[in-house]
Amino acid sequence: MQDTLIAARDAIRSKQISAVELTRQTLQRIEQCEPRVQAFNQVHADRALEQARAVDEGRRTGPLAGVTIALKDNLCTSFGLTTCSSRMLENFRAPYDATVVKRLDAAGAVFIGKTNLDEFAMGSSTENSAFKTTRNPWDIARVPGGSSGGSAAALAAGMCSASIGSDTGGSIRQPAALCGVVGLKPTYGRVSRYGLVAFASSLDQIGPFGRTVADAALLMNVIAGHDPKDSTSVPLAVPDYLAELEKPVEKLRIGIAREYDSAAGVDPQVLAAVNAAKNKFQELGAELVDVSLPHTEYGIAAYYIIAPCEASSNLARYDGVHFGHRTKEPVKDIVELFSKSRAEAFGPEVQRRIMIGSYALSSGYYDAFYVRALKIRALIRKDFDAAFEKCDVILSPTSPTPAFNAGEKTGDPLQMYLCDVFTVTCNIAGIAGLSLPCGFTSGDKPLPIGLQLLAPAFGEEKLLRIAHMYEFATDWNNRRPDP
Amino acid sequence: MSNGKLTLDQVRHVSRLARLALDDQTLLRLTGELESILGYVEKINQADVAGVEPMAHALPLHNVFRDDVVTPSLPLERVLQNAAETDGPFFKVPKIIGGDEDSAG
Repeated sequence: MQDTLIAARDAIRSKQISAVELTRQTLQRIEQCEPRVQAFNQVHADRALEQARAVDEGRRTGPLAGVTIALKDNLCTSFGLTTCSSRMLENFRAPYDATVVKRLDAAGAVFIGKTNLDEFAMGSSTENSAFKTTRNPWDIARVPGGSSGGSAAALAAGMCSASIGSDTGGSIRQPAALCGVVGLKPTYGRVSRYGLVAFASSLDQIGPFGRTVADAALLMNVIAGHDPKDSTSVPLAVPDYLAELEKPVEKLRIGIAREYDSAAGVDPQVLAAVNAAKNKFQELGAELVDVSLPHTEYGIAAYYIIAPCEASSNLARYDGVHFGHRTKEPVKDIVELFSKSRAEAFGPEVQRRIMIGSYALSSGYYDAFYVRALKIRALIRKDFDAAFEKCDVILSPTSPTPAFNAGEKTGDPLQMYLCDVFTVTCNIAGIAGLSLPCGFTSGDKPLPIGLQLLAPAFGEEKLLRIAHMYEFATDWNNRRPDP
Repeated sequence: MSNGKLTLDQVRHVSRLARLALDDQTLLRLTGELESILGYVEKINQADVAGVEPMAHALPLHNVFRDDVVTPSLPLERVLQNAAETDGPFFKVPKIIGGDEDSAG
């Protein structure tokens, strides 16, 4: 367990290894694995070594001094490029750092690079990137999940100590599950979104990937909290997520939603691993409680209205004027300039979602689609509020299947959307959700299986403690792929 | 809701609203894809939403106020650094108001 974030931090603190040496090892690992995994849009080798040197010379300090962090390439950084894996922002140099980047910087982290994603974070496989297809380190024929596939794959392959992603409908939890790492989507409002390139503003949230629950907790200590620059970030005190992590939760009640139990299309090996996790929690003294989330079946439908509506509005800013791609073709007026620039530089999935959103928001359809979806959102939130009266967390698979083959679902957008069945309601309701490894498939290339735990809004402290209880009692996170 | 089949003309109209200059082949592909996706999301019609208030986002927030004090803005060169075309302190764009004669000047 020498490669966890906490182990790396401790090794640097106790001078067992210098920060420069750790960064060099990380860069070597990238050289070794990156040609096959393709997790990074950019690696900032020189800048990372310079930051590491500053740590070794005592000029750069803090709770993350010297550890290597990879950032999803939809987080604005004042250094390098911020591309969102889109032709639209291929050359975009952000004029400022996202608040999360500022906080990590102030904590002494070494930024190793920016990771690949589905274009503008729209996708579940990272195949919608305009630049490259990231592969799963456990089996490079397969996808890492998405949209934060680069951050999950980079961590799984050992190309960073930890990483940061964003989750709009499962984009941290699903790739964490498919790559065998821990991923946390914090409560809406727990982490500032300032400097996160907006996809669907009422659903987006930034969160950590770690090898262990403790790694995710340490990152949360750094990134969570109110930010005057994001008025939806909540001015609530941030607990020390690490301090009581090892304290087991007394009278733990694990919610089992009958609607999740009866969900169709769940791979039998995923089902078996998740059932074994339920038994493990019982062994640990937890009580399994039946709960009901009756509006689960409308989750994906509501999500694929709300998210595209918000996206069509958010992505209106890409006009070829202030930043981003501008067409080289002659145009007769500014509307043609907008329309040609956008058609040339947005990929097929982004165009599809802008079209769905523009249709659903257009005159005559607004009430039938958007307003109705927002009413379903209220019902989904009520379902969760009622369920959390009876339990501490709700347990389910994170993804209905393990990592699928590259190309398997690219021909049918709707099939890709259905991957999100267990993850989208968490964003719709604005609650917290975490994925951690709970098993592997059989076969000569075993694939990780992820367990999802959902918790009430601002319940991250208890959620992390419960996840840690399970992790401590199992050893799924000790295995490493060798891509 | 969509009342049956989407037409190519409807999809072309939406593409204009969305400021996407798409060719007919792309519009035709999108017509099929949108039909399948919109057909699926119509599932929301099966839910009973009588008397339910729409929920725009998860926080009980309304307006968030701050003191009206001037804080530094981004320097001009950083604001303009990603623009395709600039002219001094301005973003440069083609003609916005159509027709030479009715140009307000």
